[in-house]
Amino acid sequence: MSGALARAAGGGKMADESPFRRNIRLFLSSRLSTVSAAVVLGFVVLAVAAPLFAPQDPNETDLLRRLQPPVWMAGGEWGYLLGCDALGRDILSRIIYGARISIFIGIFVVLMATCIGIVAGLAAGYLRGWTDVVISRLVDILLGFPYLIFAIALIAMMGPGLQNLLLALVYKEWVVPCRLVRGETLAAREVEYVEAARALGASRRHIMLREILPNILSPVIVVSTIRVAHVIILEASLSFLGLGVQPPTASWGSMVADGRSYMLESWWVSTFPGLAILLLVLAINVASQGLRDAFDPKFHD
Amino acid sequence: MSFGKLIERLAQLIPVLLGVSVIVFFMMALTPGDPVEIMIGDSNVTLEQEARLRSDLGLDRPPVERFFVFLKNAVSGDFGLSFYHRRPVSEVIAERLPATIELSLVALLLALFTSVPLGVLAAVWKNTFLDRLATVGSLFGVSLPGFWFGILLLMLFSVRLHILPVSGRIGYEFEVAPITHLLLIDTLLQGRFDAFANALKHIIMPAVVLGLPMAAILTRVTRTSMLEVLSQDYIIFAEAKGLSRRRILVRHALKNALIPTVTVAALQTGSLLGGNMIVETVFGWPGLGRLVVESIFLRNYPLVQAAVLLYAVTYVTLNFLADILYTVLNPRVRL
Repeated sequence: MSGALARAAGGGKMADESPFRRNIRLFLSSRLSTVSAAVVLGFVVLAVAAPLFAPQDPNETDLLRRLQPPVWMAGGEWGYLLGCDALGRDILSRIIYGARISIFIGIFVVLMATCIGIVAGLAAGYLRGWTDVVISRLVDILLGFPYLIFAIALIAMMGPGLQNLLLALVYKEWVVPCRLVRGETLAAREVEYVEAARALGASRRHIMLREILPNILSPVIVVSTIRVAHVIILEASLSFLGLGVQPPTASWGSMVADGRSYMLESWWVSTFPGLAILLLVLAINVASQGLRDAFDPKFHD
Repeated sequence: MSFGKLIERLAQLIPVLLGVSVIVFFMMALTPGDPVEIMIGDSNVTLEQEARLRSDLGLDRPPVERFFVFLKNAVSGDFGLSFYHRRPVSEVIAERLPATIELSLVALLLALFTSVPLGVLAAVWKNTFLDRLATVGSLFGVSLPGFWFGILLLMLFSVRLHILPVSGRIGYEFEVAPITHLLLIDTLLQGRFDAFANALKHIIMPAVVLGLPMAAILTRVTRTSMLEVLSQDYIIFAEAKGLSRRRILVRHALKNALIPTVTVAALQTGSLLGGNMIVETVFGWPGLGRLVVESIFLRNYPLVQAAVLLYAVTYVTLNFLADILYTVLNPRVRL
């Protein structure tokens, strides 16, 4: 039906445009959204091809360059654009490699959580009954913990490290898509096309995955993109507390923490990694807002 | 909301709280690292003494039995001994709690007093410079990593300008007799304005950092709901009646527009709990959050366990209150 509406409203050339393509076009028509998406993409490219972009080895220590200032200050060097940390490691290179950690964790956690959340939410919303009771209770209980505290407690128990960090975040994160999918499924199961599929004797699996899921996917995608920003800040916070990725692996949060001891003289050690977090998270937030505006029919007028 | 519904909602809390305690207990019970060995440390203890300590602590009994003992003790506020402090956990937590409460309250007030006017004005003057400033500001507010923002403030106001202290709650030269244990109130009650000013200087940066994300979210919520209210028929009618703009805003619009703000504020107060850990660590604030972070590294598990449970129970309660508040304020919603 929305396709017909779009055709009626758009007319002309856009008559054959699919809703998805129209949404993408709407998204790209906002300059701010486009710029933000480009920034996010830039970070992803930087992370994937880190060895190509990093001017130095991120873990190579050089005590002669201990706390060397950025290039524009006295004592700076072109090869070490943003200066060096207390072990003489190049901050820019560590930021570039740190992007790998932040982006990998952000995407991995949200992807895993969304898969789990979709399955659990579909099951709870469509099957109802005991399945719903068990899943919803579990969701309620997990919602009873403040996010950071839950993650901190789990990592305290399992010990720090990349794998435990991922697990701790996924254990809590799936609740977000699950609630969303359950709510949407509850609404969708009463709609005519689902009833029609049921009347035609389609299996429950077919109805859930083929009829309901494609129709509730766009809010899930929009929420997921915002959650990536959230998870990146959480990871950085945990790494800042020393509970995230362990040294010497570069992570933006732990780089900020390292610089805390030198903030009297060497402000750059903390400042630049934090700036990277802000830039990436801001770009994701702006882009996902644009995505929501483009994909949510409420905003189309 | 009827009394019966209230009871029903309260009853729904029980399985949640029970589930929360199960998770908290097993999180810590399954933790690798033997608490007895941690307690003993390097001191010379015989095997018999070690075994006795183990049975004194009830650690030799099966986990399920230990859970019920834990639950029974937790209800009466007994969380065992803090390994590190060698004092009851409840005592150590009670000491640190006022600092955290004070910081959270100031952050909450700061957030409310900036976000509500900003959100209202942004809605009234939609698409003006102020509106755009509020939108951009709230985007920054939710995107700023608190620990980094805190360090930037420290570098500017403490290290460069020397106008605000680096850490702590109040200068060492001030001895304040505890009444409410909230320094800002106690100093005022005793008429000690120099101590008040000093405590204020200590709390301002941590409170700003803690309150910022909340202020950002509340600004957005207030703006959206104010815009919605302003487009309602009764506001247009009031305008047609020739009421002054100011009167319409204050008397008619604000009251309804603030319903979502209040609800979200109650929900967000819960999220201040997590933020506390970060902010207290950055600013050396002697509260519960920093105590928990320290305790994790000291493997002081009874304390971590008690604190996590306390946080969770507070969080569940706040969410419940937000829910009730929303129903009470908004007569159209009937649970």
